[in-house]
Amino acid sequence: MADILVYVPNSGKSAAETLTLGRSLGQVSAVAFDDSAASLAAEYGAAKVYRVTAEGADDYFVDPKASVLIDLAGRVGPDAFLLPGTDEGRALVARLAVALDSGFLTDVSGLDAEGTATQDIFAGATVTTSKITKGINLATVKPGAVNAEPAPAEPETEAVDAAVAETDKRVKIAERVDEPAGDRPGLAEADVVVSGGRGVGSAEDFALIERVADALGGAVGASRAATDAGYYPHKFQVGQTGTTVSPQLYVAAGISGAIQHRAGMQTSRVIVAVNKDVDAPIFGMSDFGVVGDLFQVLPQALEEIEKRK
Amino acid sequence: MNIVVLVKQVPDSGLARRLDEQLRVDRNGANNVMGELDEYAVEAALQLKEAHGGEVTVVTVGPDQASDTVRKTLAMGADKAVHVVDDAIAGSDALATSKILAAALGRLEYDLIVAGAESTDSGMGVMPHLLAARLGVPAATGVRKIELDGDGIKVEHQRDNGYDVLTASLPAIVSVWDTINTPRYSSLKGIMAAKRKPVETLSLSDLGIDPSEVGAGAAATEVRSATDRPERTAGQIVADEGEGGRALAEFLAVEKFI
Repeated sequence: MADILVYVPNSGKSAAETLTLGRSLGQVSAVAFDDSAASLAAEYGAAKVYRVTAEGADDYFVDPKASVLIDLAGRVGPDAFLLPGTDEGRALVARLAVALDSGFLTDVSGLDAEGTATQDIFAGATVTTSKITKGINLATVKPGAVNAEPAPAEPETEAVDAAVAETDKRVKIAERVDEPAGDRPGLAEADVVVSGGRGVGSAEDFALIERVADALGGAVGASRAATDAGYYPHKFQVGQTGTTVSPQLYVAAGISGAIQHRAGMQTSRVIVAVNKDVDAPIFGMSDFGVVGDLFQVLPQALEEIEKRK
Repeated sequence: MNIVVLVKQVPDSGLARRLDEQLRVDRNGANNVMGELDEYAVEAALQLKEAHGGEVTVVTVGPDQASDTVRKTLAMGADKAVHVVDDAIAGSDALATSKILAAALGRLEYDLIVAGAESTDSGMGVMPHLLAARLGVPAATGVRKIELDGDGIKVEHQRDNGYDVLTASLPAIVSVWDTINTPRYSSLKGIMAAKRKPVETLSLSDLGIDPSEVGAGAAATEVRSATDRPERTAGQIVADEGEGGRALAEFLAVEKFI
């Protein structure tokens, strides 16, 4: 592989990871729709940046960017086109696959120069290697699977002016609403995830989980039991039907470790559990576990963490 | 309002799942169920129908046994179903499956297509956008709320730290997360009624698709190997006797998380 195209959204760790993987394969040309994306591309070693100006593209969902990426891919003819494995990345990769009539893979955890990709399937229980046999190496990269390494470069910049077609204006972003998650990282992208389960016992007591997450610079997650009980908003659910996470550190507090939950976190690098029940299945997969009351253990741990910082 | 719901039968994610000798998802040795997120899609469609009238049609592509999943959706309250089944479909990748679904959808009249945000077997989450590209309809995916808005729809697209309100014209395709509703259980009455509801079974030739365009032979991706990840094993488990929190912090420090 020689020419690697990478879609770079304006923020996010997964963009840096995708650029890092791209760099290991060949010369990276990044597609950036704004200045912060362009500077991220430079920081992570892009040799070239297609700096796209598409007036009004941000007001619409997926379509305008998809059109730009399809055009660029057609023009540049890359050997590989990599996108971050975010919701947006998955939407864009599907659009590209149909337009380019190319095979594609989602959530690859690795890709080598011969085009062999590795993927975790069945919630991490099985690892597969696959190859795309038709078209280009079109793939999204699983968040957290690649260690992002900066490699500052001074890329050549090519300005691309794109008009947003009327047919790309059919799904309008009428409003963006930010909910109070503070400055916490996104669940799928976070290096550290601290989750609470049924054992937390109430919505109020989830504040303790949030404090631990904040002390470790992590995101807050919850088991299905906790979201179903109304302790924490549903969208923070980690598990089979919620978000799948693969952080460096996963802390499970008051979570028994039902398969529904394990499916969403078992590829985490280090797993730590606190649970009253010595027989909780979560201990069977934890690198470190404390059998005890989370309301005793976590405040003490917090105090010690603050002391050591 | 005519709504189509896309469902997929998958191996139960609560049990061990594996690939078969051909490195395809083993559907014979597994307990097969409706995709967990598909239930939320069916429920969303039924709620829209109850509020605004119309008809709910379920579409699935899958082997004979997927009729169990079809029947379940009918028991929940869907009006009719289309089941595309053909031996030549086995081994199809997402691109080929989208070709089959697009052809099946092309025979129907619909205002809205609803799908789960991703299947719980392959978990790619790409089908709505593959179909949007093939059918030329707008797609608003990963939503937690759907309402009608004049001649179109208004949805909440869920993201990490909030949501985006999206508006789209109809016909459109949406996909839903499990934050959107609580799927109903089928009643006994619903289960009985489902037996009389029409299920159209279609083959590839009914859809005008040549078998060489789909299936393993036409796949644009190929699985080369599969290895079971070694099961995680327990590390150090300590009982809290007053020092558990400090021991936990010590472990995090050794692992360089603090």
